[in-house]
Amino acid sequence: MEKSNLNADTIRINSVKFHWSNKNDFKIYVPEFNVARGEKVLLLGESGSGKTTLLSLICGFLNPISGDIFLNDEPINNLSARKKDQYRCDNIGIIFQQFNLLPYAKVIDNILLPLYFSKTRVENIKDQKETAANICKSLRLPDEVLNMQASKLSVGQQQRVAVARALIGNPPLIIADEPTSALDKNAQSIFLDLMFSQISESRSTLLMVSHDESLSQRFDRVINLDDILKEGD
Amino acid sequence: MLLKLTFASLYVRLLTISMTVFAISLSLMLYLSVEKLRTSAYTSFTDTISQTDLILGSRTSSIQLLLYSVFRVGNATNNITWESYEEIINKDEVEWSVPISLGDSHKGFRVMGTNLDFFKRYKYRGGQLIEISEGNYFDDLYDVVIGAAVAEKLKYNIGKSIIVSHGIKSFTDHDDQPFKVSGILEKTGTPIDNTVIVSLEAIEAIHVDWSSGAKIPGQETPIEEIRNMDLSAKNITAAFIGVKSKLTIFKLQRWINEYPEEALTSILPGVALHELWRIIGIVENLLLGISIVVIFTTLIGMAAIIFSSLNERRREMAIWRAMGASPNVVIGILMLEAFIISFLSTLLSSILLYILLNILQPWIDDTYGILINIELLSFKDLLIFILFIISAMFVSLIPAIRAYWFSINDGMTIKI
Repeated sequence: MEKSNLNADTIRINSVKFHWSNKNDFKIYVPEFNVARGEKVLLLGESGSGKTTLLSLICGFLNPISGDIFLNDEPINNLSARKKDQYRCDNIGIIFQQFNLLPYAKVIDNILLPLYFSKTRVENIKDQKETAANICKSLRLPDEVLNMQASKLSVGQQQRVAVARALIGNPPLIIADEPTSALDKNAQSIFLDLMFSQISESRSTLLMVSHDESLSQRFDRVINLDDILKEGD
Repeated sequence: MLLKLTFASLYVRLLTISMTVFAISLSLMLYLSVEKLRTSAYTSFTDTISQTDLILGSRTSSIQLLLYSVFRVGNATNNITWESYEEIINKDEVEWSVPISLGDSHKGFRVMGTNLDFFKRYKYRGGQLIEISEGNYFDDLYDVVIGAAVAEKLKYNIGKSIIVSHGIKSFTDHDDQPFKVSGILEKTGTPIDNTVIVSLEAIEAIHVDWSSGAKIPGQETPIEEIRNMDLSAKNITAAFIGVKSKLTIFKLQRWINEYPEEALTSILPGVALHELWRIIGIVENLLLGISIVVIFTTLIGMAAIIFSSLNERRREMAIWRAMGASPNVVIGILMLEAFIISFLSTLLSSILLYILLNILQPWIDDTYGILINIELLSFKDLLIFILFIISAMFVSLIPAIRAYWFSINDGMTIKI
C-alpha cells in the first residue's frame, strides 16, 4: 500500500466488543491488539475460544458492536458493506482450514479468482497466468496441476493452491485459519516451509491462528488468545 | 469468469441438473403443445366456412344447424321445400345461394347433394375456394366428387364405382344405381375432406323408388327411365346464402325466421361458430389451466433443487465471499444458475415440441381434422419463454436470499 504510512501497523484493534445475537453467552472483548507490518504472528487458542470470530472481525465479515479496527490505518468497521468487501479482496489473502477451493473449477481459475474482484491486485502483477505458474512452482506444485480440477488434488496440494491464491497480486495481509489442521505432521512441516518462504518473499504480514503450540518457533511473535481477549463488558 | 465457473459448477452436478432441465422442458412442452393444439383447433374450426352470410335450414337451434350443414354432425330435423327456398333466394337482398341435401352416406362418409355453384361459392380459410386435385366436377347424373380424406382412406381413384347407402347408418344400399368417381378434391382441413359430393338430381334419382324413407316394395325403375325423368329437387336440407350488401343481413335473417309458410331458421355462421366454440372452449381452458399448474410445480421443483444443494454449497459461498465477492454476487450466482437452467429448458422444450408435432401432426389431422401448422416459435411463444425465465429467476430468489443470509452470517466461521 503506497499511500499508507510505512511504519503503520497492518492490524490495529482498539476496544472491540462483539457478541453473537443468537448466542447470548458468547462475547469477546479485545482492548488492544496490534500486528506490525511484515510481522508473522501466531494466535494460539483452543477451539471455541473465539479465534475464528476475531479473524472474521478483522476480515470485515462481522461488525464489532463498539470499538475500532484499523487495517493499514484504514478504519474498516466504518466502511460500507460493499467497500469492506472491496477492501478485503484488495488487501487480504485468506486461507481456510480446508475446503479452500471451488472443487469444480480448475486450479488456475481458483488461483486467479481474487483478481476477478480486485483491480489493485491485478495491477500488482504483469502476467496473471505466468505469475500463478511461478507461485505454484515455488510451492512445488507440478505444472500439470494448473489445468486440473481442484477436487482431483490431494488435501496437501489443495492447501498449497490456497496459499497461491492468497498470495497472488501481493496483498499486504495474509490471514490463515488453522491451515494445517487437515494435514499430517510431515505434510504440515513441508506446507509451512513453503508458505513461509513465499510470504517472506512477498513481504506480506501473516496472522495465523492455531491450537498447535509446536508451530511457535517459526513466528516472530506468539500470542495467546486469552491474553488479548478480556471477559466482561 | 463468473459465467465460466457457474457452468463448471453446473457441470459437476450434471445428472441432477439435466434431470431438472428435462423435467422443466417436458412441462414447458406440455404447455406449448396444448397451446398449439388450442390455437390450431380454433383456426381450423373457424376457418371451416367463410364469406357465407347466412345458413338456411328448417326450424332448429343455431348450433345444430351449423353442426349438420357445415360439420356434417347430426341430422336435420326437417327439410325445406324447394318452393320456400326459391322464394327466399329470389329476394332482392340475395346475391347467391347454394342448396345442399344431406341424409345418405357411403361407408361412414356423408353424402351431400348440391349443385356446381358449391365449388364456386363455398369458401373456407379466409376466402379460399375448394380446388379439384384430380379429374372433374360431376358432369353425369351418376358422377361423384370425393373429399381428399375419403379418397385417401378408401384408396379410391378416378373411375371407381361406388354405392351410396340410405341414411347415415343403415344396411340398405342404393345398389341399383352405382356412382362413378369423377373427381377428387384438394385437402382443405375442413369436413369437406370427409364428404362425398353428388348433384341434387342424383339425390332425387336414388330416391325415385323410395317413399317416406323406405323403399317401395317391388318397385324398381330402370336407370334409363330415371335418366329421362324430371329430377329437379323437391326438398333440400340447408342452403348457404350470400347477400349483396352486408347491411341487409339482419333484415333478411329476420324475414326468414318469420317466414309464414314454413318454420325456418337462418343463422350467421360466424356467430354460431363462436357460440359453439364457447362450449368446446371449456375443455381447452381446463387443459391450459392444467399445464400452467404443471409449469408452476416444476418451477417450485427447480427452486427446491437449488435450495437443497445450498447447504453443501455454504463452503463455496464462503470462498466467494473471502475472495471479495459481495453477497449480491452470491445471489447473482444462484440466479445465473436459474437462468441457465430455465434457458436450456426453453431450448430443449422447443426441440421436443417440434419432434412431437412432427410425429403427431398427421395423426391429429386424420383423426380430428385439425391441421397443426409446424412453424417457427411465434412472438407469443417467445414471450411465454421470457416470462418463464423471469419467473424461474424470481423463484430462485428464495434460495438465493437464504444463501445471502448464509454468506453474511457465516463469514469465516463455517466449518463443514
